[in-house]
Amino acid sequence: MSDDPRVCSECGAAEAVVHLTQIVDDVASVLHLCEKCAASRGVDQPSPPPHSPLTDFLSQMTGPEEGATAEQEDRTCTFCSLTFAGFRENGRLGCPHCYTTFDFYLKNLLRRIHGGVQHVGKVYLPPDPTVSEREQRLEGLRRKLRFAISTEDFERAAKLRDQIRSLEPVTR
Amino acid sequence: MDHLSTIFDRGLGWLDASGPDSDIVLSTRVRLARNLQGYAFGPQSRVNDRRAVLARVRGTADKVELLTEASVHPLAELDGGTRRILLERRLISQDLLGETSDSELPRRAAAVVLSARDPVSVMVNEEDHLRLQVLVSGLALEGAWSMVDGLDEDLGRELPYAYDHELGYLTSCPTNVGTGLRASVLIHLPGLVLTKEIGRVLQGLSQVGLTFRGLYGEGSEVVGNFFQVSNQTTLGKTEEDLVDHLDRIVRQVIEYERRARRVLLRDAYQVTEDKIWRAYGLLRYARSLTFEEMMNLLSGVRLGAALKLLPGLRVYSLNKIMIFTQSAHLEDAAGRKLPPGERDAHRATYVRRILATEGVVIPDTEPPESSSGSGPDS
Repeated sequence: MSDDPRVCSECGAAEAVVHLTQIVDDVASVLHLCEKCAASRGVDQPSPPPHSPLTDFLSQMTGPEEGATAEQEDRTCTFCSLTFAGFRENGRLGCPHCYTTFDFYLKNLLRRIHGGVQHVGKVYLPPDPTVSEREQRLEGLRRKLRFAISTEDFERAAKLRDQIRSLEPVTR
Repeated sequence: MDHLSTIFDRGLGWLDASGPDSDIVLSTRVRLARNLQGYAFGPQSRVNDRRAVLARVRGTADKVELLTEASVHPLAELDGGTRRILLERRLISQDLLGETSDSELPRRAAAVVLSARDPVSVMVNEEDHLRLQVLVSGLALEGAWSMVDGLDEDLGRELPYAYDHELGYLTSCPTNVGTGLRASVLIHLPGLVLTKEIGRVLQGLSQVGLTFRGLYGEGSEVVGNFFQVSNQTTLGKTEEDLVDHLDRIVRQVIEYERRARRVLLRDAYQVTEDKIWRAYGLLRYARSLTFEEMMNLLSGVRLGAALKLLPGLRVYSLNKIMIFTQSAHLEDAAGRKLPPGERDAHRATYVRRILATEGVVIPDTEPPESSSGSGPDS
């Protein structure tokens, strides 16, 4: 196996275009792969960013974010390896962790886009919910029930009541 | 490819113009963006992530009531023509299709789930892992929302969504985070365009948090006075608020449009009537039509049908013309690729055939000499 990063470490023949860092038992190793070998391992190159109004919006806001430190600007998401510069370039996040990694920037951005930063819509109940997730969901359903009643949408209200009943503890 | 025959009748339910206000609002669409925990999404998703997501969707579909009779179609298994038909019916997006030409494969593991009975579909591995959508006739936001909400409840019970208590459903693009909901209506506003009121109305939309686009969504041009109006924000309001707000504003726009049409009939009857009949005449007899020219003429004819100036013409026929005269649909009917000039000829032939056979218009106020079988539809 060649250590030359320009040559594919798998087939040793073609030019390496994908550089994959793997961590096995706390030891990091770097694989340099050509397009073919990368594809056969199920690793491919990220697709090019789509053009969108948001990208233009973001690129207009040049310069460092107010109060952002150099450390923050250099951040890379540990789960999906999206860099802050990468996000600024195409306006798309790569995984749920990105929202935490780049929160110093996203808070302001979301306020500018949406006017608010607190979700008040559906409360998601995951497949195996914890007690507090169940409580939050109930809270959300009750909020929706109040809205349905206020708009005289009784069909929806009845459905919501059923959903609330199915979540509430039997003894209460 | 055994699913192919089932694809060709999908996504056409709204054409029947059975929904409320369907002379002005063609269709209502509500979509929800969702991602699964544990896999990268958007630009960072690798083929392994996308394959895993598709596998999970496949394993889940038959546990979801609205998808029990659905079929899952990886785009790579469909030929280029079929993929473009799905695009033209707005069942998939250009983003899901990618920038590929016919001969190339689309993004790996991109797929669409199509319900057999309901106006429901799911795009898999678009910008977000899942895009659940409902497409129905007329202005029917509440019903469409309620249906996609039900689908979302069922899918979310089986698949672990990426969700945050503060930010809601996490999406690749920050413009979708929170509810992940985009509700849009495709609305026909020739009255406001002809009375030059449209600029003010569109400006008003942006002031109340709504946005408009052309026929094919983001970045597309407005043709034939058809506008897609949708909510701009997704975070900080409940789904019901977003849907209800769009509904109220669209009802207002419909009212403005009806008022503009009354003004046209009152102050410019002759000009309006002439415009409508000219458009009808061109569509009825032209031998070659570009899509854009056809859409502009169709706009006039659609106005004529709504104003009862073209009796016997049904909105259903006009909706059908809009869908079946798009390139991929014409090529599918012809059974081969069509160069642009030939495509325009095929388009004109299709339009003539529909106008000649469906809803015959009496060309004058005088009843025709021989009335056998040429009367208007009741």
